[in-house]
This record gives sequence, C-alpha cells and structure tokens, in this order.
Amino acid sequence: MKVKVISRSTDEFTRERSNDLQRVFRNFDPSLRTQEKAVEYVRALNAAKLDKIFARPFVGAMDGHIDSVSCMAKNPNHLKGIFSGSMDGDIRLWDLASRRTICQFPGHQGAVRGLTASTDGRILVSCGTDCTVRVWNVPLATIMDSDDLSDNSAKESAVYVWKNAFWGVDHQCDGNLFATAGAQVDIWDHNRSQPVNSFEWGKDTVISVRFNPGEPNILATSASDRSIAIYDLRMSSPTTKLIMRTKTNSIAWNPMEPMNFTAANEDCNCYSYDARKLDEAKCVHKDHVSAVMDIDYSPTGREFVTGSYDRTIRIFQYNGGHSREIYHTKRMQRVFCVKFSCDGSYVISGSDDTNLRLWKAKASEQMGVLLPRERKNHEYREAVQNRYKHLPEVKRIVRNRHLPKPIFKASALRRIMGEAERRKDERRRAHSAPGSMPKESIRKKRIVKKVE
Amino acid sequence: MKEGMTRLYNWYEMRSIQYAEQHNVDLQNFKPVKMGVEQEDGSLTKIPPPEEQEFLDEMDIKVKKYLRGGSANLEALRDKKLKGQLAVREELYGKSAKAAVKIEKWLMPSEGGYLEAEGIEKTWRIKQESIAREVDLSSSKNQYDIVLPDLGPYTLDFTSSGRYMAVAGRKGHLAIIDMMNMGLVKELQVRETVRDVTFLHNEVFFAAAQKKYPYIYNRDGTELHCLKEHGSVLKLQFLKNHFLLASINKFGQLHYQDVTTGLMVGNFRTGLGRSDVMQVNPFNGVIALGHSNGSVTMWKPTSGAPMVKMLTHHGPVSALSFHSNGHLMATAGTDKKIKIWDLRKFEVLQTLPGHAKTLDFSQKGLLATSTGSFVQILGDFSGSQNYSRYMTHSIAKGYQIQKVMFRPYEDVLGLGHSMGWSSILIPGSGEPNFDSWVANPFETPKQRREKEVRSLLDKLPPETIMLDPKKIGTLKPRTKRREKRSKEEREAEMEAAVADAKSSVSTKRKTKGRSKPSRRAKKMQEAGERAKRPFLEQQKQEEELSKNKKQKISEQSEQLPKSLQRFVSKKAGS
Repeated sequence: MKVKVISRSTDEFTRERSNDLQRVFRNFDPSLRTQEKAVEYVRALNAAKLDKIFARPFVGAMDGHIDSVSCMAKNPNHLKGIFSGSMDGDIRLWDLASRRTICQFPGHQGAVRGLTASTDGRILVSCGTDCTVRVWNVPLATIMDSDDLSDNSAKESAVYVWKNAFWGVDHQCDGNLFATAGAQVDIWDHNRSQPVNSFEWGKDTVISVRFNPGEPNILATSASDRSIAIYDLRMSSPTTKLIMRTKTNSIAWNPMEPMNFTAANEDCNCYSYDARKLDEAKCVHKDHVSAVMDIDYSPTGREFVTGSYDRTIRIFQYNGGHSREIYHTKRMQRVFCVKFSCDGSYVISGSDDTNLRLWKAKASEQMGVLLPRERKNHEYREAVQNRYKHLPEVKRIVRNRHLPKPIFKASALRRIMGEAERRKDERRRAHSAPGSMPKESIRKKRIVKKVE
Repeated sequence: MKEGMTRLYNWYEMRSIQYAEQHNVDLQNFKPVKMGVEQEDGSLTKIPPPEEQEFLDEMDIKVKKYLRGGSANLEALRDKKLKGQLAVREELYGKSAKAAVKIEKWLMPSEGGYLEAEGIEKTWRIKQESIAREVDLSSSKNQYDIVLPDLGPYTLDFTSSGRYMAVAGRKGHLAIIDMMNMGLVKELQVRETVRDVTFLHNEVFFAAAQKKYPYIYNRDGTELHCLKEHGSVLKLQFLKNHFLLASINKFGQLHYQDVTTGLMVGNFRTGLGRSDVMQVNPFNGVIALGHSNGSVTMWKPTSGAPMVKMLTHHGPVSALSFHSNGHLMATAGTDKKIKIWDLRKFEVLQTLPGHAKTLDFSQKGLLATSTGSFVQILGDFSGSQNYSRYMTHSIAKGYQIQKVMFRPYEDVLGLGHSMGWSSILIPGSGEPNFDSWVANPFETPKQRREKEVRSLLDKLPPETIMLDPKKIGTLKPRTKRREKRSKEEREAEMEAAVADAKSSVSTKRKTKGRSKPSRRAKKMQEAGERAKRPFLEQQKQEEELSKNKKQKISEQSEQLPKSLQRFVSKKAGS
C-alpha cells in the first residue's frame, strides 16, 4: 500500500518573524475561482464608476494677461515652461509647476499672433500684427527654477520689421530656419534680417504654418482661401495644394507618423490627411459644435487636443471619429490655442478670458508618485474596463459626459441637421437616374480640389 | 500575473459568431495551434529529446485548462483591424496559459495525496487504522471521533478555506472549531432544535436554522439577527460570491436574503411540498432542491419559476451534491439508487445501486455517499466519468450518519452523526495547493479583514446567477422579433378596417336602377370583404407557421431525455 495525504506544517506556510512579509501562494486553476467572468464584469463596472468619480481634469488657471491669449509655444528644452502671447502684445513665460509668470517679453505694439521656440530651447521667435518679427533669448532653466523674480523682463535680441502683418510662425524642428505666415510664406534665418526665401501661391493671406517634425524641409500652411498647401524648402515652388470647402485654422503634424497631419477646420471638424495622398482624408474627427481654432498632437502621436470657438477643449484619438474627452468650465471662453505638454500628461489651453488653463490629459489619472501595488491596481482596472467596454452598461458609464446646455443643444441640432441632409440626399438619389448621383464619402465630400 | 486571466468572448466574439452564422462558417472546426517543433519534409528541424517532448505533450493538455475554451475563428473575419487586435489578444492568452502551466508544473509547493493498492490489495479494503500507521503524525491527528451522545444528530459545515468547522447538534448545541489546532473557538447551547448550520463569508459569522426562525450569530456567540421572514427553516445555504443566504422552510418556500443589506431578494413557493434537500451549485450559484416526488428543481433569485425541473428518481430525493466543475450532479433517492447526471445535457451518466442519506463531492471529484453508519467513497479513475468504489469506512454500529462533508484543501472527510462527529482520512480528495487570494487556511486577522472588504467590492448582483455563467460578458445575438398582438386587438383592427371600407362606399345617387338598396348593400359587403382579405390571409399564414412550430416542438421533445420530456412546454407560441 502506498499512501500520501496532504500535510502542511504551519512553519512552511507562515512567516518566520513578525517583520517578514506574509507569504503568498498562488494557484491559477480556473476551478478554484467560480464565476470568474461575473466577478470580472463587476470589477469592470466598478472600475468604470471609479473612473467617473476620480475624473477631475482641471488642475489650475494661470492669469496675468490682460487680453485674450492668442498663441502659445512649448519650450522643448524645459518641461514645465510654456510661452504665451496675447492680443495686447504681451508675451509671458510661465512655470507650469508653480503656475506663475517667470519672465515677460515686452515689445510688441499690436497683437502677438505667432510664437515658437527653437529646438534647443534657447531662442524664442514671435511675430504679430505690428509687422515685426522679434527674436528673443530665453532665460536659462536655472533662472526659471530660482525663486528670485526681481528681473522678470527680457530684452529682444533682434527686431525685423517687414512689409505685412504676420499670422503665424513656426520653427524648423532641426536647423536654424523659421517660417512666418502672412501675405506670403517667408523663410527666415536666425542671423539674417531679411527672409532667405519666400513662397506665394495665390493672393490670399496665409494664416498658419507648421514644419514637419520628421523632414525639416517640409512645411504645411493653411490660407484664408480655404487651402492647405505643402511646401518643400529645397524646391523653388510649392508642391501640393488642397482646397477645401471651408477654411483651415490650424495644422498639426503627427510626431510619430510624420507623413500624416491633422487640420483643424472652420466647419467644426478636424481632418487627418496623409501628405502623400491628399485627395481623401484618412479620418474625419467630428464632435465640436463650432469652428476648431487650434490643434496640437501629443508627443506619443496617439492622440491630439483641439480647442474650439464653442468654449470647449476635446481630446481625440489619432484615428478616432469622435472625441474621447471634453473639457469645459463655466469661466472658460473661446479657446484660441491649445498645447499638449511635452510629456503628454497635461493639456494647456489659452482662451478669450485672458487665462491659460492647465488640464490633465487623462481626466481620472492619479498624479504624483505611484506605489508599485497602486500602479498594478490601476493597470488591472484599466485592463478589465477595456475588456468589457463593449457591454452596454459599462459603455454607458464610460461614455457619459456632462455637457454645458448650449453645447448639448447645439450638438443635438447638428445631429438633426446632419440627419436631414442625409435623408434629403438619399431621396434625391432615389429620384434621379441610377448612377447619376454617386455616393460621396464624408472623407472626400469637403474637398473641393487638389492642385499640384 | 493578474488574477482571473479569463478568456472572454464578448463583443469581438459575438461579431465573429454573427459573421460565421451569416456565412455558414463552422466555428467548431477551429484547431488549436500545436506547440512544439514543426517538421517539414526534408528540413533539418531539431527534434527535442524524449523527456522534453513528453513535457511538451503534457503541457499541451494542461494549456487547454487554462485557455478556458477555444479561440474565435479569425479567418472568418473581414475587418482587418479587428482581426489584428484579436490576433494580438489570442497570442497573449496563449502565452499566459503557458505561463500558468509552467507555474503549475514547477512552482506549486505541495503535491496531492494518493492511495495505491499493491498486489492483491484493494483500496476499499484498506482500513483507516492502516492508513494512520503510514502517514505522518500531524495527518493522523485528523482521524478522531468526538462522542457527544446527548445532544443528538450533528450536522456540520466548513469555511471555504477548510480552517474552521461549525457543528450543530439537533438539540441545540452549536460550536465552532479551529481545525488547525483543534481548538474550540466557541460553544453555545441555544436550547431549541437546530436543523442546520452554515458559515457566512468567513468564520466570524454563521447562521443556524432553529426551531422557528434562522438566526445569525457571530464568533463570540452573540445573536446578531433573527430572520423571521424565513420561517422555520430546514436547510440553509450561503452563496459566497453573492452574499446571499438561501433557505428552504417547512412549507417549501425558498428565500434569498442579501446579508450585506438585509434585503429579501427572492421569496418563492416551490409548490412541491416540504423538502430538506438543498445544495448550491458552486459553479454558477444555482440552487437545487430535491423534492419528495423525485424531481430536482433549480432556482435563481430573479425568477419565481424554476429554471430546470428534472425527474431524477421514483420516490423522494434524499440527497444531492454538485461537482465543483459544475457539470456533474449526484442525486440519491429512496428508490435505492444513486445517479450521476451530466448537467450540460441533463442526462444520467451512471446509475449506482445503494442508499444514500447524504452525498458530497470533494474538490478533486471524489464522491462520498453514506447511509446508516457506513460511508463509501467513489472515485472516477478511468477519466470517463465512470464512478467506482474507492474507499469504504464504517463507524461504530448504531451511529446514524447525518452529514458527510469533505474538508476543503485537506484529505479529510468530516462526518456528523447521531453520537457526535468524526473525521477520517481520504487520500487524494482535497486540492493540495491553495491560493492565498481565494481561500487561505493560514489567514491572519488582518488578511481576513482585507479580504472581507475586497469580496464586498466584488459582490455579484443576483442577476449573475444563471445556468451558464460563461454567458456573462457576451452580447445577445441579434434576433428578428415582431411584437405580437393579441387576438382581440387583431380582430378590432379588422373590424375597424371593414367599417372604414364600408363607410367609404359612396352613397351618391346614380342613374336609375344603379343605386337600389340591394345593390348598395351588396356593394358595401363587397368593400367589407375586400378590406377583410389581407387580415384573413395573414391569419392563415400565422396559423400555418404555428402549426409547423408545434410539429417541431413535438419532434424536439422526442429527442430530449426521458426525464425532461414531460416538462416540455406544449404551447406553440412560447
């Protein structure tokens, strides 16, 4: 006879000293855990509810400007520094951690319309409606960290007066050129007092310009003739132009897929394009109820933030048709500029009410240092929620957002209008000769033509 | 590794299933990817050494357990993005299952017990005394008899970790015993009949079914609640995941009470008379009741009618028990039969002769049956769900065994009988490795408190009790469903249409002879007939459909096992 029975000695399964950690034994056998799917579902539901409870995205407001904030620039060299320019010609450098002005850059007579910092973070370029481009030396990071704020105004290192008012400026991501947008696109060098190159295509004003993050010689502009144009500095003439039905207010390149860019359009939508194939948008991002004023990509390239004239900020997935998040406060007015922070965890918005506002990119994220167990718990919650996100109850909780009444009404109205348009289109098609009215996808519909 | 790496087929799977249904793709023909080295003809692939190959084969079998079902058929998907996402996920599931197998193979601290006969020995002839001689001292302490002749037949219950035992003597003796050091935690005398006892979610609380009402006590013997609504309860069961206390009383009423909020979740009349056979299926939380007419009914707290009614025995059902995998049920009747049922098909797998007053399945699937003073353990050693004799044991003659229950995570069987309680060793009955996060026999008070909070957070709503718990998290397949109108409604509609048609017949005076009253009447009738026609046609169609359905149902009922045939709904519409 051979016999063995389970026999556990207490010493083997408990800790030796009271200072030790309790011993943990695992057995992953599914039969020990009954109804595990139901348990997971309940956990997912709880995770969704907790997410809602902890969703407190607003971190703080930064006030100091005395007119609406028109433009912002990130300091690529310093995570917590951000430049903002306002309509009264004031430029400020903010410390995001303490939410104070560190430095002011006085000089502009009219509104500041464009701000950009060089890649090394040492030079700030601003331009405005007073027909000047100003180049500034950015104070060192060590000064930023000090508490001494006695000398808090900087002097410009160069002022270039030019023929026309400027609407935007952007610095090359790798090099020492920068481009300004105005009556035409001018390419400037740090060391020259006149543009080294200038491009013109049509007579209308160019309102925004953005260099490609991957290929330093390529830039995209949008103009008030409803066009988006792509220029190559190595060629004497612009390469491609796309005319849409409505004006594009701003453009942002995807930093991780540098051939793709997203255009913030006046018709409340954003359009993602592949720069090599402009005859069709890759994705249409709908949700805003008024003109989208500014757009900025997260450094991860997976999502972008948009600010709109409807007083809200929305965060979209790079390939998502609808926003995953909407931010608004009662006091926030028309949003003119938005930026993702360089670490992708915060969003900064500048609006008509002269304030900059700091938001979390993930509304319910816990800030500060997380203990490993805490982090694991967060990860687990996210995973179960992700697994059950398609179920109606979880979906309802995750998707529900409180909207300000005007936005809610406007979006309902837009939905009705869209539906009516679709119905009308359908009827027209039904009553016309078959094939005479081909169905046009929304991705192509808003494009008027493409010019080479 | 995360707890509960279950494979889920929610939305994605439903989509693939829907697709497969549309395109007649067979989801069952999925073949799992074989592990190991793929060998092509003429290629110089390395063949693993035999022991490694053996391990790989063994792993293949075990991986299946951790995969929790086959994967969805990705080939049938047209959506490339979805296909890519699913493929990544499937790979992840496969990896985690393999990791779990490796953990099981190498990292488990203890191995299961066994009893093997040598030569002409038979395992069922081996006595407890000879087992006691072979095993270590601490295990042999688990063989004992407690003789308490005065306080009548005893019933018992273990906590889910097997650390604590509650015993209840018919004459009012309640006790909680710490099985680790055989210490008495608390003993009290309630001075009235006690019919059953059960632990709630941990050892701190227990409920006892007394003469008139069930009561909840804590570990210190303080009476916390008197549950008057339940009435005089015969049997109590606690649903751990749902925090529901279920009871069946003298009048055959089944009560479900949420012990966290005190809410009475369900109160149902079984309508089948007095019954004291009740058991929870641990797999899905369904409660089964055995009745005196030989049927077993299965209940959930959200419906007043039983989900399943099955005829199991000719004569009253005396005991029933569920295997932990949820597929097997054992019932015993006074017709001297013990039957093992497959709950997926509701069919008898095996019928064994013999009486059983009480039955219990162990964690490893051994079945204890007992009648009088005799205990028999059956085991499934062929792997084909064919139960045969494994061990036997007789306690002192004249003792009547009231209840047998395996102690979780130990090779021990507890027996409550008319003269006290006993404990015997059954090698190979318990799960050798416990999970600290599921049930920990070495739990400290701090861990217990922590676990209480966690389990309350994961408390399942009563709606999650269903026959197939794997359905949770899946979407209902889309079905076309027209709302059905009642006969009166349809008739009213027809009459309205007829009246409408009749009134629309013009009563204008026409040329002489064409508007005679007889003609007008005829015209009106014709219009009425015309309006009636579509309704009548529809009615005819529906009748034909229902006739077909009836035929189908009768065919189906013939295919059903005999025990279920008489419960098939005769109505065509349902």
